[in-house]
Parts: sequence; structure tokens; C-alpha cells
Amino acid sequence: MIVANTALDSKCPSGPMEGRWDKHRFDLKLVNPANKRKFKVLVVGTGLAGASAAASLAELGYQVDVFCIHDSPRRAHSIAAQGGINAAKNYPNDGDSIQRLFYDTVKGGDFRARESNVYRLAQVSNTIIDQCVAQGVPFAREYGGLLDNRSFGGAQVSRTFYARGQTGQQLLLGAYQAMMRQVGSGKAKLYPRREMLDVVVVDGVARGVVVRNLVTGEIERHAGDAVLLCTGGYGNVYFLSTNAKKCNVTAAWRAHKRGAFFANPCFTQIHPTCIPVSGDYQSKLTLMSESLRNDGRVWVPKKGGDTRPASEIPEDERDYYLERRYPSFGNLVPRDVASRAAKAQADGGHGVGPTGMAVYLDFRDAIERDGEDVIRAKYGNLFQMYEKITADDPYKVPMRIYPAVHYTMGGLWVDYNLESTVPGLFVLGEANFSDHGANRLGASALMQGLADGYFVVPYTVGAHLAGRALPAVDTSHPAFAEVEGEVRSRIDRLLSIGGSSSVDSLHRQLGAIMWDHCGMARNAEGLKRAVDEVRALRARFWEDANVVGGAADLNDELEKAGRVADFMELAEVMILDALDREESCGGHFREEHQTEENEARRDDENYSYVAAWSCEGAGDPADLSWKLNKEPLTFEVVKPSTRSYK
Amino acid sequence: MIATNGKDTIGLTLNVWRQAGPDAEGAFETYHLNSVSTHMSFLEMLDVLNEQLLAEGREPVAFDHDCREGICGSCGVVLNGQAHGPDRDTTVCQLHMRRFHDGDTITIEPFRAEAFPVVKDLVVDRSAFDRIIGVGGFVSARTGAAPDANAIPVPKEEADLAMDAASCIGCGACVASCPNAAAMLFVSAKVSHLGRLPQGAPERDERVVAMVQAMDGEGFGNCTNVGECEAACPKGISVGNIARLNRDFVRATIRRR
Repeated sequence: MIVANTALDSKCPSGPMEGRWDKHRFDLKLVNPANKRKFKVLVVGTGLAGASAAASLAELGYQVDVFCIHDSPRRAHSIAAQGGINAAKNYPNDGDSIQRLFYDTVKGGDFRARESNVYRLAQVSNTIIDQCVAQGVPFAREYGGLLDNRSFGGAQVSRTFYARGQTGQQLLLGAYQAMMRQVGSGKAKLYPRREMLDVVVVDGVARGVVVRNLVTGEIERHAGDAVLLCTGGYGNVYFLSTNAKKCNVTAAWRAHKRGAFFANPCFTQIHPTCIPVSGDYQSKLTLMSESLRNDGRVWVPKKGGDTRPASEIPEDERDYYLERRYPSFGNLVPRDVASRAAKAQADGGHGVGPTGMAVYLDFRDAIERDGEDVIRAKYGNLFQMYEKITADDPYKVPMRIYPAVHYTMGGLWVDYNLESTVPGLFVLGEANFSDHGANRLGASALMQGLADGYFVVPYTVGAHLAGRALPAVDTSHPAFAEVEGEVRSRIDRLLSIGGSSSVDSLHRQLGAIMWDHCGMARNAEGLKRAVDEVRALRARFWEDANVVGGAADLNDELEKAGRVADFMELAEVMILDALDREESCGGHFREEHQTEENEARRDDENYSYVAAWSCEGAGDPADLSWKLNKEPLTFEVVKPSTRSYK
Repeated sequence: MIATNGKDTIGLTLNVWRQAGPDAEGAFETYHLNSVSTHMSFLEMLDVLNEQLLAEGREPVAFDHDCREGICGSCGVVLNGQAHGPDRDTTVCQLHMRRFHDGDTITIEPFRAEAFPVVKDLVVDRSAFDRIIGVGGFVSARTGAAPDANAIPVPKEEADLAMDAASCIGCGACVASCPNAAAMLFVSAKVSHLGRLPQGAPERDERVVAMVQAMDGEGFGNCTNVGECEAACPKGISVGNIARLNRDFVRATIRRR
């Protein structure tokens, strides 16, 4: 039995699962319509979660200030999601339901998510699709004019709605346009090219943020009655990931150091189908949509070190290892399983391509079966992108793919209201930890971002505003001056290091440590070594980073330095979390905990909890420490079982 | 695959626009890179240049970029006179150095237009696009007020055409490539995307009029059917959308009388 050692109240309602969200919404206090305009909500980040929340809250009548790191809110990384968005509409009549989406998500997350949260996510999924269609999101349609669905990411029903290979783009544009409608009519105020550098907490409640204007370098104070962090995930701690270059942990990390617990930081998702690394200059990795696994077959040569071109390797010398190991799911096994299987092949000397760190994804059979035109219609844009990057034509030779860091299930701890351990500080989308457990299913990130922004936080923020005494606070409050002073001295410190290593080169070194020891497979020995290496690298960063330029204009190096400094701290707690979790679950694979067939071995008796870390030594980067707080997980509806995709 | 003299690395001369700030005077500076891998992307080549500048204690070249997958619309420079460089349907982040030859000289400039003031070096301010969207580039659908997603069927052909227009990434290459610095391709893509769908029909007239007025107010020029915008567009948005925009605009102004 796992006992909570800190009062972490998830605020999950009780009673029958299907009625919990309704009951909870009824119990939440409402803000009188005439009073809404008196409250100001600060929304940080304009991806799916942030833009949808900002639009919805402004429509309700709140004053909304929204901050965006890009030149335009339309550029947030949600835009890069290719595959689709899940919903339990059951339009294809193939047996889907809210219950099934709920079940699949809990199981897919390897029983490390809260049932109540996941059930709510499945419930609101249908409303999201309605909302997006009403906004003009051009989802794929059938000839009769109704919406098309496809099967995605290992689901055995077709519940994924999509807009070619650009679903994230279209959903984000829908939310962005809804938000810009509010900005255009003066109900929301947009601050582009701003980076949040700290949260201001007054009398224990989040009451503002300090941001840097990235063009002028000005440090600005903004006060409000609630703060929403919608700032995405931290996959760039690995340097190489499929995340966009600006993706960072800074906003979440500064909140963490002000008291927000960080939950399950070691739960990272490695996506199985990315274009392999080609050289030292590589700046990021490119994802090839998982939908490709619907038609592509994954294989490696049976003989280790076989350097013949794929076309010269006869059928009986190919190992279709996913089909062999997982006959019922085959190439469609979930992401964590597919990634580990690819790593096992490369580690065993069966990898292909110049580096040996790749496996084949082959469309030969699909093209023979359906014709090149059909394959082109489904995946034309992806094939074109692959060819541009690699100069190989996937219609003729198999794609080479390899796993890459893609998504982080961990994030700031939130309760059922999406409120962190700092009252008034809400966390939405990938930045929170809430719904995906230890592994996220394909096409569920878009669903969660929009669920949080459109259909959860508009109610729960209201309860905070109506239920707490919020004395008037403006930016002249001493707490703002104090935080601004800390932000300024940190910037000065970065600019005065005067070392000789570029920020990128230090970031690459951090990424290599994390990928080697806290990546697809982890063990105690490697993790312990990694802690020492990360601490040493962090010390070196503060002695030897070369941060050129000044603080008073656009300075990419300064921006990167601040973000990398935070990644250097986050990395340590990721490793501590991976060390603590003596089991294998979802994306977290501890080599000591596997079956004879090299499958993950979960330990529900001892590890069925959310690991929520609180930062203890919040001062100097050299003497940081963390405390583990446990929120036990109980399963009332879906009985934990071993995930089997055989 | 384009031949690169059988070599995996090439040497380049770069003429890069450097401008310290919006009001500063800008000028080209010349840099030499000796061994650029042909497998690099164009932006990775700029990363290498910046590492070199940093090592020399000089300020790196500022350029906008983010996803490096051709979808966020952040990047965009004029490369040897062409917005996003020589390849069709390609953002500069998806352009690879195997497209260039040993000894090439590459001139790199920001997107230039009165409505896109330079922020620094190759970075420009494209916020005018957001303001145009803010006056009408949306469907007024309040959160929670939507009918079932399948309540209104949309013919597949129309949905596909709407999607073609909706795939605009808002990078601004159309403006940079137009001799009049017109934003007609950008505006027309949004007008077509929403106007083709039944959900966007109720506001079709107001939308087109408001967006065109905002476009003029931001200082963009007018379309004179040059067609450079379509050639430069990394997403292949058709100038047919501009014709549709003009029809919609005329229709709306007559109806509104």
C-alpha cells in the first residue's frame, strides 16, 4: 500500500465515473456575469491549450492578457502535429464509445494516470470535434460530405479525425482565429515575442508574471487574478528531439521553483518513426507521422551487419520483427513498444544505414497491393518531406527510421481542476502531467490540449476566482519588484559568464547524457553516473558558457542560455525520478525490470503513484535538492493488467 | 539527388544582411564557410556560421526559425533574390545544402516590405498578418455553441479546396516576392478557406470587406497579377484564390449597399 506523504489533494470527485465531471461542474462556484469583467486572467503560451483557453475565457467576459514567445501566436509547436485528434464519436460504427476511449487511454498510459481525469477527457472529446468543425477546421471528409476517420497509433477502432497530414496546424489555426477574434474586438490583449521568466506569488496565490520583451529586452510586470501556464513540454532537454527549437521548460521550471510540484518528470515519449540522425550539425529531428505504420512494414536484415541495399535482401532474410513478436498488433503496437523494439534491433547489430542506428519502414507491399496512386494520396506530403531531407525516394527504397524524443507525459502536477500546488496557477496541455500516464497514445495530445483549454479550465478558473478572496494587487506590489530584481540579476549573471563554450555545444552535451542514460532504456548504474555528469556540466555551464550580446535587444544567445540553464536543473530531477521508479512502465523502461521476453515489468504494489517532486534548495544552481511526494493512484473501473499487444 | 561534384562538403561565400535594429542602417557582410556538409539544411548551415561567429567573439546572425519542418511559418529569408530560395513548395528550413555547389556565393536578405519592418538582421515584424486575421479571419463560433460535427455535410470537393487554402503557413513569402508588397495571396487564402465552408458562409461578406480594409490600412500594396507570390509560396497556394477574393469583395460591396 502506497501512502501519500504530503497532502496532495487531487480533488477528484467521487461517485459513478460517468457522472463525476457533471457533478463536479455543478459543485464549482460560478462568477456572476457582471463580475467577470473585473477579473484578469494571464495566459502564457498560445498553442492549442493556451489559444483555446484565451478565446474561451475572453468570450465568457474575463479580461485576458495572453503572452506568446513567437512573433505570432499561430506558430506554436502544436502546429507541427501531423496525424490527428481522437474522439469517441463512433461515426464509423465500429464499436467505439466514451468508455472504450477511456479504457484505451488508461491502459495505453500503463495505469499511471488518474481515472477521473481520463474519463473526463474521453467525455469532452466529442464536443471538441463539434467545436472545431464549427470554427471551419477543414477535416477530411467522405464523398457524402460527412467526416472521415482513420485508425491511428494502435487503436483497434477508427476514431481519429484528421486534416491531411496537418491536423495540428488546422486545429491551432482554429483556436488562434477564435483568440484573434477576441484580440481584434479588444476583449483580449496579445503580447507577442514575450518570454515568461517568473511567476509572482502574493500571499501564497499566483498573481502575476514577469516577462521579457524579446525585441526590446524590456522586463515587464503583469498582474492578474489567475495565471495559466500553457507552455508545452520539455523534450528539448535532450537537445535532439522532434520539438521545435523554441520549445523549453523555463516557464514551468520557474513556477516549479516558486512552489509548483513537478510530476513524473522521467515519463518521456520516444516516437518510433523519425528520420535518423545524419551528422554532428543536426539541429533537430523530424517526425514521420505514425500513420505510416498503417501501410508500412518495419523490418531489419536477419543477418547482423548486412550492408546490402534493401532491394537485394531476399524476403526470407528479412526480419519483420514487430509482426513476429506482436502477431495481433504487428506494426501498429503503441509507440513505447515500437521504439524499444527498434532499439533492441540496433543494439543487436541489425540496424541499417550509414550509422546502423535505423530500421526500415517499407511500402513495397502496400504499393503492390493498392497501387502507387493510393499510397501517394494518403502519404504524398510525408514522402515528399522524407525525400527532401534524405534525398531517398520512399516509393522506390524503404524509409529509414529511428526513435526520437517527441513528447513529455510528465509536467507540473495539477489537481482535477488543472490547478498546480500554487493556488491560482493553472497548467494546461503538455505542460501538465495529468492524462497520459506513462505513455501517450497517438492523436491524444491535440485532444488533451483542446479539452483543457476549451472545456475544463473555463469552469475551474471560475471556481478559483469566485471561491477565493483575492485582494487587489497591482504591479507596484513589493513582490513584483523582488521577482523582477531576481530576473534581472539572473540575466546579468548569464551575460557576465564570459566563457568559451557556446550554449548550443553545452546543450548538446546535456542531451547526450540524457539520451544515453535517461532515454529509451535506463538502469541504476547509468542513472547514478548521469546525476554526477549533469551536476558537473551544470557547474561548467555557469563557468564557461559564452553568452554574447546584450540584454537590450533581440538576443537569441541570451534566450537560449536562460533556457539551457533551466534544462540543466530539470535534467537532474528527471534522473532522480527515473532512479526512484524501480519498475518499467510505458515510456519508462528500467532494464532491471523486464520479463524473460524483454517486455516491461510494472510493479503496481509499490509504484502505483504519481511522483510529484518539490524543489527544496531553490537558491543557487549548485545546491538544488528535491523531495518526492507521492499521490497514490487507485483504479476503480479499469483493473490494472499487463499490457499485451501480442 | 543533385550532384555536388561528388563531394560531401562544399565551400561557400555568404553575403548576409546585418542590421542592428529597426532604425539602424543595414549593410551586407561577407563570410566564408569552408566545409559545409551537403546533408545539412540551410538553417543548419546558418547555425554553423553562427558557431563560427561566436568563436570569433562576434554577434551571430539573427534569423527567425522554430519547427524546422516547414509548417510553423517562422523562417523565411530572400536567398539570391528568391523568397525561401530556389526550390518550389519549399520553406528555407526544408532546403538542403545538396542543392548548392562548391564555390557558390549566396546572398541572404530579410523579407522586405513596408508592412514588414526589419527587427534585426534577417528578422522582420509580420504582426500585420495577425491584425488582419483579428478583424475577420475567423468564424464567430463561441465555445460550446456548436452543433454535432456531422450536422452539416460539406461536399468533399469543397472541403478539399478549403483545405488547400487553409494550408497557408503565414510566412509572408508572398509579400516579400511581390513587386507591390501585396498581401493578397495571404488574405485570399483565408477568405477562400472560410468562405468555401458552410460554417463560414454567414460572415462571408463582412469578412472579406473587413480583411481587405485592414490589409490596405497596414500598408500592403495591391495585386497587379504578377504571380510571383504563387511561385514563392512554400505551400503552393494558388493565385486562383485572389480571383475569388476579388469576386467576393465586389459581391460584398454591392450587397452591403
